Amino acid sequence: MAKAKAIVITGFGTNCEQETAFAARQAGAQADIVFFSDLTAGKARLTDYNFLLFPGGFLDGDDLGAAQAAALRWKHSATKDGTPLIQELDDFLTAGGLALGICNGFQLMVKLGLLPGASPQRFKREVSLSNNDSARFEDRWVHLKVNPAANCVFLHGLTRLYLPVRHGEGKIVADSDETLRRLQEKNLVALQYSHPETGEPTQEYPWNPNGSPLAVAGLTDPTGRILGLMPHPEAYNHETNHPGWTRGETGTLGVTLFKNAVNHLESR
Amino acid sequence: MLTRIEVSPRSGVRDVVGEGVARKIRSELALAADSVRVVKVFTVQGLEDKDVQAVVDAQALHDPVLHRISTTPLDEDGFDWALEVGFRPGVTDNEGRTAQATLNMVLGRGDVRVYTSQRYHISGALSREEAASIAKDLLANELIQRYELASREEWDKSPGFAPFAAQVTGASVSEVATIPIGDMTDAELAAFSRENTLALSLAEMHEIQSYFSDPSVAARRAAAKAPAQPTDAEMEALAQTWSEHCKHKIFNAKIHYRNQENGRSEIVDSLFKTCIQDSTKRIREAKGEKDFCLSVFKDNAGVIKIDDELSACIKVETHNSPSALDPYGGALTGIVGVNRDPMGTGLGANLLCNTDVFCFASPFFEGELPPRLLHPRRVFEGVREGVEHGGNKSGVPTVNGSILFDERYLGKPLVYCGTVGTMPAAVQGRPSHEKAALPGDYIVMAGGRIGKDGIHGATFSSEELHEHSPATAVQIGDPITQRRMYDCLMRARDLGLYNAITDNGAGGLSSSVGEMAQDPGGCDLDLAKAPLKYDGLRPWEILVSEAQERMTMAVPPERIDAFLDLAKEMGVEATVLGTFNDSGVFHVRYGEKLVTWLDMDFLHEGAPQMELSAVWERPKVEASALPSDLDHKNLLRRMLGRLNICSKAYVIRQYDHEVQGGSVIKPLVGVLRDGPGDAGVLRPKLGSEAGLVLSHGICPRYGDLDAYWMMALAIDEAVRNAVAVGGDIDYMAGVDNFCWCDPVASEANPDGAYKLAQLVRANRALAHFCTAYGVPCISGKDSMKNDYKGGGKTISIPPTVLFSCLGVIPDVRKAMSSDFKHPGDLIYVLGRTLPELGKSEAADELGLSFPEPPQVDALANRRLYRAVHQAAGRGLITACHDLSDGGLAVALAEMAIGGRLGCNVDLQKAPASPAQLHPLELLYSESAGRLIATVRPENKTAFESCITGCAAACLGSVTSNADVTLRVGETTIVEDEVLSVAKAFQSTLDW
Repeated sequence: MAKAKAIVITGFGTNCEQETAFAARQAGAQADIVFFSDLTAGKARLTDYNFLLFPGGFLDGDDLGAAQAAALRWKHSATKDGTPLIQELDDFLTAGGLALGICNGFQLMVKLGLLPGASPQRFKREVSLSNNDSARFEDRWVHLKVNPAANCVFLHGLTRLYLPVRHGEGKIVADSDETLRRLQEKNLVALQYSHPETGEPTQEYPWNPNGSPLAVAGLTDPTGRILGLMPHPEAYNHETNHPGWTRGETGTLGVTLFKNAVNHLESR
Repeated sequence: MLTRIEVSPRSGVRDVVGEGVARKIRSELALAADSVRVVKVFTVQGLEDKDVQAVVDAQALHDPVLHRISTTPLDEDGFDWALEVGFRPGVTDNEGRTAQATLNMVLGRGDVRVYTSQRYHISGALSREEAASIAKDLLANELIQRYELASREEWDKSPGFAPFAAQVTGASVSEVATIPIGDMTDAELAAFSRENTLALSLAEMHEIQSYFSDPSVAARRAAAKAPAQPTDAEMEALAQTWSEHCKHKIFNAKIHYRNQENGRSEIVDSLFKTCIQDSTKRIREAKGEKDFCLSVFKDNAGVIKIDDELSACIKVETHNSPSALDPYGGALTGIVGVNRDPMGTGLGANLLCNTDVFCFASPFFEGELPPRLLHPRRVFEGVREGVEHGGNKSGVPTVNGSILFDERYLGKPLVYCGTVGTMPAAVQGRPSHEKAALPGDYIVMAGGRIGKDGIHGATFSSEELHEHSPATAVQIGDPITQRRMYDCLMRARDLGLYNAITDNGAGGLSSSVGEMAQDPGGCDLDLAKAPLKYDGLRPWEILVSEAQERMTMAVPPERIDAFLDLAKEMGVEATVLGTFNDSGVFHVRYGEKLVTWLDMDFLHEGAPQMELSAVWERPKVEASALPSDLDHKNLLRRMLGRLNICSKAYVIRQYDHEVQGGSVIKPLVGVLRDGPGDAGVLRPKLGSEAGLVLSHGICPRYGDLDAYWMMALAIDEAVRNAVAVGGDIDYMAGVDNFCWCDPVASEANPDGAYKLAQLVRANRALAHFCTAYGVPCISGKDSMKNDYKGGGKTISIPPTVLFSCLGVIPDVRKAMSSDFKHPGDLIYVLGRTLPELGKSEAADELGLSFPEPPQVDALANRRLYRAVHQAAGRGLITACHDLSDGGLAVALAEMAIGGRLGCNVDLQKAPASPAQLHPLELLYSESAGRLIATVRPENKTAFESCITGCAAACLGSVTSNADVTLRVGETTIVEDEVLSVAKAFQSTLDW
């Protein structure tokens, strides 16, 4: 049984590292908050971990587009011994590591080309995340439908979720219609914004808060070991996070996604 | 060589930003813009042709999935006008900074520079004048931005705009001038102060004159090779340290107070000491072992204990004058600026949450704007966006706030920004709320670089706004540079790498180093070592520049290498600028050149105490007759749509209110998450059930009748809001923020003595009611010159106090929200209703006036608040809401909106004195100390036993039929569907 060792990457404007690490620890993982500069300074090594977390935040203030500058930084940085960070990342994934990107972390994943990973070439950008149709940042809770056919480690046993979104750039844009079709065909659309009454994917605002096509809220890769999503599972780590808790409303804690990851790692 | 690289959405990708701009042009300017497309322009300095291709190939500035990129103008789309907006030289360009760092990384260079601008392609039948209005009135603030405009015809003749690098050019200057103040006449002294934006009074100039002519000072200066007359930097340092902004001279003044009502006169020797500091001292003594205060008034923020492991600190600031000139930059700088207060408190606090309160004139203002003032809607939008970027990008949730409207805020908007931080009770074995620089410690500045931005902010904000207010006082914050510095400093704190830390805000290095040097007793600061954004700053400018995102630390010699190494590794610029010592002198050099040589005592204690006079005379207001023929159904809708009452969801949703994962009671509550929350509740420690409650009270309207009751009502409202979400009145600290119009009488300000009397009365109330409630003030701030003069007009804001409360509760699962929960729940009104319509929202809506504001019964309220807290702790209350603006009717409607449930209540049953009130009074009186609580029928007895001895009555119950039914006895006076009521509440600011 492997121990789940989570690395939560922060720095340059990431700001959800504490609650993300907290959720990982609640799920039973050992979790270290590691600055990007720790990776380049040789203080920490990606390959010493098996659970990678890219938390939410505002990398570089969303200048040039969300996570754009950070993706370039990953591609142009190396560890102290000269190994390109992108090589470390590749090795980490090849070794079967799990990766979860939340909000700005999801944006980083698509800009790095980690997701959807439908192309044989890793790190090729096929989709991006762009401004919400409202052209506004919004904080609101959304209903999510889990794609039962998506073979995603993090979503094991889940059908519905209710989580907060807090973003201004959450709308999926694909490089081509063909890519969008492949997302569906390969069941890489892991999570969809859904209507609270029907439970079905919706394009209707505000249930779909950003106008994302196919109501895409989260993507997985063909291995199911990478998940990126705009909503914040780590922000639902306690019953009182639920906006209706004083009314007796409850739901599945977002921490469940982290528990699924830990279970997967521990059962290997 | 300059290269323009243009980026715009590729075909097939919606330009939602452009669509948003088009909507704003139509709704805010009422101009016919059919469509807008946005092109981002990067003006790059230092690229060879081959580099340009490398930039494109590396996808460094564009996202190929979203954008197209070009080095020739992107203009294939049809448009009628091309409008390009860029920054003026020296203005912070955050995206330019990121682009520059990215290009240098991708190209392996270090000398590439980038300046950004945006071009708007506008389609629509617009005249040149109208197109220019879009620039001037919406997209460009000419104080900090420049724009270029071309019609389609002009563009086709010569496509594109010439490249422009918004850089500041200048040569290094080390000149230190001496100011011959010894020879100046009074008129010359006054003129010198005014012309240099020093804001020093004649009395203060005399004090400085006599210091320099003192033979012992002269002898010591001669020995130190300092000039006999003050240097320019010494004058600047004194002006900054003695500024109203930093020294709070009015709060410390000797005031001759005459009360014309009773004919009594008395002398108040410092309002701060007698009313604020003393009341806190007495409250802490009375609390004895239950005193939770750790550090009050002496640091950047006040500190209280949460438990043995964690402390909380809070600071609220205002950023009014800069926000008047540039709402976006002013508000952004306000929020990232106040973030640095907790960061610089004790050994440094982690940022936990923000609270923001804004006061504007109506965004629907249609009159003529006096010179230099911006339209209130533009101020509103700019401030909203500035705080959005400042809060969201810093990862600090905005958990509480308000927006108030009064026509007088046209003269100056008020922008209150507050931040709560937490710190481990001990750091490396030292109590974290204490700090002191030691002689021998290095002076280290970290974060951003110094530019001309923000020079004279401290002195400028100590004056009224006028037509020629300096543009350099305005700046734009950079939340990401600050975040990186914060990440690094919190690590340095936990490693124990420094002895003291403070922020560089108003007054810059002069203030931060000057204040920190008080503990060791002196310093030796070399400005030549300070990192600059560009050459051309004189030493005095480096000393007082308020360039943002900087902190100053005292680092002991044995830790300096570790500190600097950590900063370098994390990409944070940190520079040793000198050392602290015990010389007794504020000694500043530029290399070997002497810049200041001032006795620490004179710098900090030398300002003469002001002597002012205050005269209180009660305003004469006639009482209106109460109207008898009101359409109450319609009136309730109108009331809910009033600017001060209506839903602020438009703003709230754009603020991240749950980052950091501890959100418990959010600003929007209820079944559809659109009812108003009373206060914020959150878990400061994710692994614990302990909670922090953050609330506020602000009610400037009542100050027009009597500022004493305005203050009392603000305190009561803040405490009551906290109680409504589950707060404990016995574990709450207060923060007072005074924003006043000039209270110093002069020819130009004939009613100054009255405004000062209002200030005296507000402070008296603060002492009385904080003491009665046992709520100690732990921090505060004042802003005294909130007036505008221009175009022959003076506009003074109404005296405004924001009172914020920070409380601790042991278990967040006992917190409450205001929305009705279940049909059948009993509805109780708690507290007594009096005929108190003076300056109420209803009186304003109906054009009525009354001479008396509501009053506050502190003892009855305290008893009630304790009882409610007890009942809440036992889980007996299903919903709780405070009664403030709009009284009982509005509160009931808001609870119904939150729950989308109806109610059927008899208002006649409400405890009232006299027993028979007019329906208008029952519905809309704004009597203090009242709450509504709903209770399950089975808990009736248990609840009523909790509130024994309090004025309370059950008015009726929550209903499932979704009608709000308000009766007086058997007469129904309002019957309206919850949906209609909700619509009225939401329509006004549904942007």
